[in-house]
Amino acid sequence: MKPFTIDTTNGICAALFIFLGGFFALQSLGLEIGTAFRMGPGYFPLVLAIVLILLGAVILVEAVRFESEPIGHVAWRGMLFILPAPIFFGLTVRGLGFLPSIFLTALIASFASGRMRPLTALVLSAGLTLFAFLVFSYALGLPFRRFGPWLAM
Amino acid sequence: MELLDNLALGFSTATTLVNLGFCLIGVLLGTLIGVLPGIGATATIAMLLPITFQIGDPVSSLIMLAGIYYGAQYGGSTTAILINMPGESSSAVTAIDGYQMAKNGRAGAALAIAAIGSFFAGTVSTFLVAIFAPPLTAIALEFGAAEYFSLMIVGLVSSVALAHGSIVKALAMVVLGLLLGIVGTDIYTGTPRFTLGIREYADGLNFVAVAVGVFGVAEILRNLENEHERSVMIRSVSGLMPTREDFRRMAAPIVRGTIIGSALGILPGGGAILAAFASYTVEKRISKNPGEFGKGAVEGVAGPESANNAGAQTSFIPMLTLGIPANPVMALMIGAMIIQGIVPGPNVATEQPALFWGIIASMWIGNLMLIILNLPLIGLWVKLLTIPYYVLFPIIMAFCSIGVYSVNTNIYDLYAVAFFGLLGYLLTKLRCEPAPLLLGFVLGPLLEENLRRAMILARGDPTTFVTRPISAGLLFIAFAVLVVVFLPAVKKKREEVFVEEN
Repeated sequence: MKPFTIDTTNGICAALFIFLGGFFALQSLGLEIGTAFRMGPGYFPLVLAIVLILLGAVILVEAVRFESEPIGHVAWRGMLFILPAPIFFGLTVRGLGFLPSIFLTALIASFASGRMRPLTALVLSAGLTLFAFLVFSYALGLPFRRFGPWLAM
Repeated sequence: MELLDNLALGFSTATTLVNLGFCLIGVLLGTLIGVLPGIGATATIAMLLPITFQIGDPVSSLIMLAGIYYGAQYGGSTTAILINMPGESSSAVTAIDGYQMAKNGRAGAALAIAAIGSFFAGTVSTFLVAIFAPPLTAIALEFGAAEYFSLMIVGLVSSVALAHGSIVKALAMVVLGLLLGIVGTDIYTGTPRFTLGIREYADGLNFVAVAVGVFGVAEILRNLENEHERSVMIRSVSGLMPTREDFRRMAAPIVRGTIIGSALGILPGGGAILAAFASYTVEKRISKNPGEFGKGAVEGVAGPESANNAGAQTSFIPMLTLGIPANPVMALMIGAMIIQGIVPGPNVATEQPALFWGIIASMWIGNLMLIILNLPLIGLWVKLLTIPYYVLFPIIMAFCSIGVYSVNTNIYDLYAVAFFGLLGYLLTKLRCEPAPLLLGFVLGPLLEENLRRAMILARGDPTTFVTRPISAGLLFIAFAVLVVVFLPAVKKKREEVFVEEN
């Protein structure tokens, strides 16, 4: 008999869909389901969540039966620096103000590439901040505080 | 004649100085981001979308958005021809012969042929949109909730059929998109759903944040996987003018490409990709020297580029008349309309004729601007190709952050960008296409609303969907499409098509 193997790509994919389907299904059960005539807020999402779980199960069966392409390179460094950039901007745009926040956001994102040198990153972020000031803050007049309360002594 | 009156209204709307200006900015920005290698039209639009919301007037903002779309598409063809790196699968076909032409020292001619083909296709298909949109709108006005529900099912199913890779995965992506789309307050009862208790998500997940995350951020991460030097072989492009021989050879493929593209573009589910591929196959089949294809055949650039552009244009028809997106780009347009307070659907044409016809007229103007602007600016775009990627993406990330935040000044939208960036990247790594997810996301609330309304109208009798003739017909189409893509023979053929295209 063939040893039990599971394809990594499809296995993870199936797990992800089943997990997400499970999350939505559990949440829907906490809502009023209603009847097919008068559907409550939970009816349609519950149906969809069950379908998602079933599709996940189909992918799982495929994962056990067939092999597929490997996952390949994962941009770990990219994820480590790119994903926090918008979060950082969100956390600081009110406190630090628009300009310091966008400077630091660009700086964080810069380090996602191994090719970026610190000086280049500083110059790039500074130039970007100047551009953002001129275009977004000055020309388009977006109502963001340029410097926030955290910087006021 | 009504058509002429309508077009006159459209052109008078689109040619005001302000709107011409926004169209110009849109085309320029679209090309600018579109030529950045590895960034396709959808990602470009997702990134630039927030900028258009800074314009108060919905007409101007949608005109600019349409300009961005054409610009991004043309930019994609430029990278396909010059460095063999198509940003989007629809320009992958152009890359086959376009890049070979560039290698033979005919980059200028290839770019000009692409531009001329796109312009011709754009002109014809703009008229097609103007002719076919009003009658379709009239039909759509007769639609009830059941018909709308079935129509959306057709759209979603076709997006599955045209996605790359596994059909089951594409189906799962649609369902996940639908679920994500209904996050937020339930319209009937006011109950918050799936918001995890976060008040800021009560209005639903921000569409721009989802699009920027799934398309923009995920694409940046993918490009960061293996950073290798791009070889830009062409430092300067000369000889833009095609020869008389080129003109003779490209005329017929452009006309055929336009016809194929216009027909396939209307199909919900993203016909432009299919159109480019179909046109290439047709040209190769009827050519007297099929051996030239793949080695720099003029027909192999002219046909697919025209088909691609015609398809891109006619995909506006279902969007404008029915409010149903035919591809992710149209999903972005619908999202933009909703944010501007316009309910997409057949009522747009009657309630906002200036907007409706203004967009149609601006399509032609946008195409004209492309051809006037881009040929002289080619030198600039070639320079852009030499900017190292590591300089670009901090800029893109900063602008995405500013852009998303500026839509609603809601910092939770920025957290959503990061989350959907991660989810989008993860799903791409697991070989799931993001396009069906975005379509599902846009249609989720509409689908649920129409389902619930139809069921209330039918007093809880689900047979309403099959006893109403139009609805039954639409559901039959959806069912047939599903059956066909699961047929073993078609499944195999479909895999071949996508393999060849890559």
